[in-house]
Amino acid sequence: MAYIGDYEIVIGLEVHAELLTESKLFCGCSTEFGAEPNTHVCPVCLGLPGVLPVLNEKAVRYAVKAGLALNCQIADFSKFDRKNYFYPDLPKAYQISQYDLPLCRKGKMRVMVNGEVKEIGITRVHLEEEAGKSVHSAETILGSDYSKEDYNRTGIPLIEIVSEPDMRSPEEAKAYLERLKTILQYTGVSDVKMEEGSLRCDANISLRPKEATKFGTRTELKNMNSFRAVQKALEYEAGRQEEVLRQGGVIVQETRTWDESRGVTISMRGKEEANDYRYFPEPDLVPVVVERSLVEELRAELPELPNSRMERYMREFGLPEFDADLIASSKPLADFFEEAAKQCRDPKAVANWVMGDFTRLLKAEEIEADRSKLRPRHLVEMLALIDKGTISGKIAKTVFEEMFATGKDAAIVVKEKGLVQISDEGEVTRIIDRILAENPQSVTDFKAGKEKAITFLVGQVMRASKGKANPALVNEILRKKLAGL
Amino acid sequence: MMIKREDVEHVAMLARLELSEADTEKFTRQLNDILQAVDKLKKLDTANVEPTAHAAPMKNVFRPDKARLSWPQEAVLANAPDPVDGFFRVPKIMEG
Repeated sequence: MAYIGDYEIVIGLEVHAELLTESKLFCGCSTEFGAEPNTHVCPVCLGLPGVLPVLNEKAVRYAVKAGLALNCQIADFSKFDRKNYFYPDLPKAYQISQYDLPLCRKGKMRVMVNGEVKEIGITRVHLEEEAGKSVHSAETILGSDYSKEDYNRTGIPLIEIVSEPDMRSPEEAKAYLERLKTILQYTGVSDVKMEEGSLRCDANISLRPKEATKFGTRTELKNMNSFRAVQKALEYEAGRQEEVLRQGGVIVQETRTWDESRGVTISMRGKEEANDYRYFPEPDLVPVVVERSLVEELRAELPELPNSRMERYMREFGLPEFDADLIASSKPLADFFEEAAKQCRDPKAVANWVMGDFTRLLKAEEIEADRSKLRPRHLVEMLALIDKGTISGKIAKTVFEEMFATGKDAAIVVKEKGLVQISDEGEVTRIIDRILAENPQSVTDFKAGKEKAITFLVGQVMRASKGKANPALVNEILRKKLAGL
Repeated sequence: MMIKREDVEHVAMLARLELSEADTEKFTRQLNDILQAVDKLKKLDTANVEPTAHAAPMKNVFRPDKARLSWPQEAVLANAPDPVDGFFRVPKIMEG
């Protein structure tokens, strides 16, 4: 949906990602998540009089790396500025950010949307400090009588990644976010956990008449806690704006908050004046000059990125584009796949297990592939057992789930659970004889030319053997028997 | 550029400052004096001068990424007017 009614949708995103440093951006307080409130706080975080911030070198390196991964130009001269506003999660009453000289600008990113490649421009990537965390007394900020502030998060390094208004549908916005998350994950600069708030997204959306070249008035959406929520909020807001315009109204430039439970965006009144941030150069910090040699050093440190991995999986392992893209979209999953695929003669089989049962089990456990007890060697071993005919593909599903749950080797699971495939002709024949005796009608149907009857009989035999009978052997013997009857 | 009363009132509002009539008058005058001084500087030819980002001739002052002990929670909250459960409690943030 690039269009809604008579209008084209225009979307730009601002993504904040916490950087994976050990200490904060301007002081030595720990960035650890989940500590007791206000225990990772010092006079610098609190902005007490007389303190001086000192820049964390690793945060600068990470921000530049993220910029390089997003094909940005790295500024050789950069500085910090104060963004002034009053909000209780900001103890200094200003946020140290970057205004006119960000570390990185003019990047681009390629995303796949509905099988088509789309290029989305990155306006800038800059470094800034995180704000604290507010716990409101009621469900929503508007309904709260008071709030409680925890400044542990205050001062954690963030990068803000601002896109060009290049997206034309909520689906494109979601695809962009997913790919951006993957790139940051590959680059290793952020752990990109939306549920822990280390990745957050605000969205700007406007509508314009089809064929128009000028952008319409935009609204800014906040408070979306998942990629899905971003997409839903944008869909709702596109619909809302279309209705306003269709009825001859005008869009008010404003910030709107997403109400997940009601599925609507709500105007945040009273913020109109707040957008006058009066940026000025931060006098407590000196400029940053990124030498070309450092840029090249960091560029060399970049890992292979998702798009290049995808292409390589198609080339090296002969995977279809869909499979390659899906696997490459998570670094832990891609690492897992690669390690297993290298040891198997059938990489496509590896891909099927990775995209199918493995992904399903990971989702159910809410973990990433690198934290699974089931390691690539487990899958490799299991595929070998299928190849040798020790277990059937159907039984393999049971083995896989057991290995996932316990981390035991495939051979051990097969032995412990008695899952060895029955390939003994005598034993299979005995089961078949019983099934044929119990189902005379199906036998008659088959003889009358109903090919489907054999599918039923095979199913009965597999059931009687608890799925362990060798399906090829069952088919073969069954057909022979039926022909002889 | 001339600073008007309304500019002073606007900036005061942004800074959450309540100014008396007399203060507003005085600051309007003073701010205009400052801008006049800047206007004088503007007459200098700076075509060949790099813009100054910082008064100190320094760059790239970094600290290594090493965590150190923070302050104890009691010390952090010592100046909090209304602490509760280890948090800074603050009044209603947004009017509904």
